[in-house]
Amino acid sequence: MFDLDAAWQVSPQVSIRPERFGALLYHFGTRRLSFLKSPMLLSAVGSLAEQPTAREACLAAGVPEADMNAYRSALATLAAAQMICERSSP
Amino acid sequence: MTAAPLPLVEQFQYGLDAPICLTWELTYACNLSCVHCLSSSGRRDPRELSTAECKAVIDELERMQVFYVNIGGGEPTVRPDFWELVDYATAHRVGVKFSTNGVKITPEVARRLSGSDYVDVQISLDGATAEVNDAVRGSGSYDTALRAMANLAEAGFVGFKISVVMTRHNVEQLDAFKAIADRFGAQLRITRLRPSGRGADVWDELHPTAAQQRLLYDWLVGHGENVLTGDSFFHLAAFGDSLPGLNLCGAGRVVCLIDPVGDVYACPFAIHETFLAGNVRSPGGFTTVWRESELFTDLRRPQSGGACTSCSAFDACRGGCMAAKFFTGLPLDGPDPECVKGHGESALAAVDSGSAPRPSLDHSHRSRPVPITLGRRAPVSACNENPLAGIGLSIGPR
Repeated sequence: MFDLDAAWQVSPQVSIRPERFGALLYHFGTRRLSFLKSPMLLSAVGSLAEQPTAREACLAAGVPEADMNAYRSALATLAAAQMICERSSP
Repeated sequence: MTAAPLPLVEQFQYGLDAPICLTWELTYACNLSCVHCLSSSGRRDPRELSTAECKAVIDELERMQVFYVNIGGGEPTVRPDFWELVDYATAHRVGVKFSTNGVKITPEVARRLSGSDYVDVQISLDGATAEVNDAVRGSGSYDTALRAMANLAEAGFVGFKISVVMTRHNVEQLDAFKAIADRFGAQLRITRLRPSGRGADVWDELHPTAAQQRLLYDWLVGHGENVLTGDSFFHLAAFGDSLPGLNLCGAGRVVCLIDPVGDVYACPFAIHETFLAGNVRSPGGFTTVWRESELFTDLRRPQSGGACTSCSAFDACRGGCMAAKFFTGLPLDGPDPECVKGHGESALAAVDSGSAPRPSLDHSHRSRPVPITLGRRAPVSACNENPLAGIGLSIGPR
């Protein structure tokens, strides 16, 4: 289960390209492509490194509490693909 | 995920401001003469982009945030500035995956490559045995490829790609290809044979049979994401489940081709003036061609399914591959020549012999005969433009 209350960041090897629908993510190490399917998710992912927790990054991006589970699972998918990783200090 | 106004596939159909990735054939020069070469390569084109022009293209790709380029040819490593361009691209955060027949992958080169996260290597192999491979790619090419793989594995390069074009003679070797990939710690990538370039001349004889297409589909479903396909088999989705990938024709929408002289085509399999969008040397460069060319604008409009619209499988296969249709003389809004419902075969039967468009360019070696061994003799008629027609090559039953 993805820990929304941990501190996360975009992996250093990942490049993000904003798109109308959200964004494209590319990991230069795994050579895998991922998609962020909404601008709000892009905003949340983009602020992971500045926010103390993933939950706060989502809230700052305007994600309603009711949608938090959907965003948790989207972040879990990104973590499984090594697109985002935990950071040691919150 | 919530809040997506349109499914991704639809977003991609209307095109992006920059390609997700693109293919860049750096040279038409090649040491081999593969019978199915999609770009009819062999001889260098004197108008080839210079080192400085290539670097300018890379600068544009960096500005457009194109994550990586698939570099091919010809044999790209025979360009004297090849490694300089690879270094330039990776220094500008444009990843490189290059396709090679392995001729320049020495132990030293392999060691150098294994040190970079930004470079991926793809070795072409079209038979799991020398006999099957060399019949298509030329004598000695199997040994060259296997030696390159051994050098990469020895240098600790994990996960390089082994790229196989599926033919009638190698579908049954899928497990053997996988075993070769496993042996070298590589990843298998299999792609579809298109009737493009010299492939137009051998497609009738080499494209997989209907039964083999089913076998291939089942094998792909069984191996899931462990085997790469470059999204090239989405026409097989009509068998049932979609294969991993976008399952859409990305030509001019999310992918394109830059050829050695800077011409930009909708896709690597469509080197024909019909699919020529512009040239990177023109004012505005690649960016303007990608964003404003008439052809690409047109390809990004909603496409008509034509004769396929009423088919129950249309949502799955979306009419298949544009290039495969074009070079077999089929209408672009009709079925794929390898339509799994059999509509392609009947459509092909209605195409007048010799009426299919010919590739616009041919850089094939003039003098060196292409050693091929096919199951049966190609039909030879007075109007046959096939360069293999009527000349004494080793075509015969074996």
